[in-house]
Amino acid sequence: MSLLATHQLSAFYGDFQALFGIDLTVEEGETVAIIGANGAGKTTCLRAVAGALTTEPNMIEFDGKPIGHRTPHDMVRVGIAMVPEGRRLFPSLTVEENLLLGAHSGRPGPWTLERVYGLFPVLKDLHHLPAPALSGGQQQMCAVGRALMSNPRLLLCDELSLGLAPVIIQDIYTCLEAITDEGTTVVLVEQDINRALDASSRFYCFQEGRIALTAPTDGFDRDKITAAYFGL
Amino acid sequence: MEWLNVLIQGSLLGGLYALFAIGLSLSFGIMRLVNIAHGDLIVLCAYVALIVVQGTGLDPVSSLIIVLPVMFVAGYLLQRGLLNFTLEGGLLPPLLVTFGISVIIQNALLLGFGAYTHRLQQGAIETQSLVLPGDIAIGVYPVIIFAVAVLSIAGLQLLFFKTKIGRAFRAASDDADTAELMGINKRHLFALAMAIAMIFTALAAVLFAIRTNFDPASGPTRLILAFEAVIIGGLGSMWGTLIGGMILGIAQAVGAALSPTWQILAGHLAFLVILIILPSGLFPRTRD
Repeated sequence: MSLLATHQLSAFYGDFQALFGIDLTVEEGETVAIIGANGAGKTTCLRAVAGALTTEPNMIEFDGKPIGHRTPHDMVRVGIAMVPEGRRLFPSLTVEENLLLGAHSGRPGPWTLERVYGLFPVLKDLHHLPAPALSGGQQQMCAVGRALMSNPRLLLCDELSLGLAPVIIQDIYTCLEAITDEGTTVVLVEQDINRALDASSRFYCFQEGRIALTAPTDGFDRDKITAAYFGL
Repeated sequence: MEWLNVLIQGSLLGGLYALFAIGLSLSFGIMRLVNIAHGDLIVLCAYVALIVVQGTGLDPVSSLIIVLPVMFVAGYLLQRGLLNFTLEGGLLPPLLVTFGISVIIQNALLLGFGAYTHRLQQGAIETQSLVLPGDIAIGVYPVIIFAVAVLSIAGLQLLFFKTKIGRAFRAASDDADTAELMGINKRHLFALAMAIAMIFTALAAVLFAIRTNFDPASGPTRLILAFEAVIIGGLGSMWGTLIGGMILGIAQAVGAALSPTWQILAGHLAFLVILIILPSGLFPRTRD
């Protein structure tokens, strides 16, 4: 049984349909990338899985149970956590308070404040600062740490590399390996195709709200991906 | 010395205005809900206290043992059952709905209690006074109200900055949708915020009703005073709200010292002047 499966997942923003019948599966412990051009529906798909969009119960199945109708805070409770695009830290809260807020649901598991600080030591040094005082990369680490604090089985990462310097992106993806080594399942949304493919074992390429291509990452012909990406 | 007296009396009066403002400040700060019915909720709480006092024979302050929990639950249900549904479509729906609630409360109170003025009697403490050096006499009761305002705000600060639920309130104030994504039940949290706001509203109501007459139409005036205290102090700053209330109280006391007819007008004028000079108030904290 897959950890996550979507069945003909459709999603709308008002009258605008952003997803047209997405069927994807994610097995426990694997890292899956969702790639695609701007407006392909990648973020929409993650937001739907996180409960932020209205969907039918059966459209999203987690650990064999239909959860498409649940609210975002319920999704955190069952074990789905999100690192939102643009990080979305709480500016009035300190770094440590942002992390502790991630643990609000009280889900038990291996991740504690100490372990997050172990993963991102720089956050421990800056724990008393307000979140906006951090650099972009540090903020992204804080956002990842905040999501981990809810001890998710499935971690949804939206554009981890957005607006960050390549050397910082490298650091964050190195840490992501440490997270997946813990057995956490990860779904990555990225515009940076190479980064996404390097970090994942399987990928889905979205195009205009549909899956254009899916395959294991290893040794896959990148020209074919480019073709699917641009709809050539 | 006369002006020092005016300053002290005005500051103490500001404590009551700050208490009026706490509930309004909480609902705006956490939920971006502009509660037009706030003044009428204060008056409603006063009538609830009146019923309890008449029904049980308790004195008004002791009646809080019953009034506070009742209004806590009422606030929770009001937010969860009605106001939460107005928050998705911008600023206008909550304005219209709370305006409607305001009209309903005023007319329901008129229907139930008539247009008579009422007052709660606490006894001797209402008229006791302390004499300070320089022959300045200050009422014990206004001092108590001021102390309650200070303790209330200090308590709320502790709640906001030292507790898990307070952290969640601050996060929801920043970005409620992201807070929901992090596992916070926004609807429950907002309902709790309104419940806590109603605790302070009820507290303000009983202290106010011991001090002054009230009738079903007293609400809008309390609302304006609360609004002015919040805006002078700066949105989102609780201590700012206390300072705002004190400025309002001092302006009224100065106006009254010049001529009794100027009392109310002087408060509003002070508010307008500050609004022109500092449009976002003295200590703005809330982020949008």
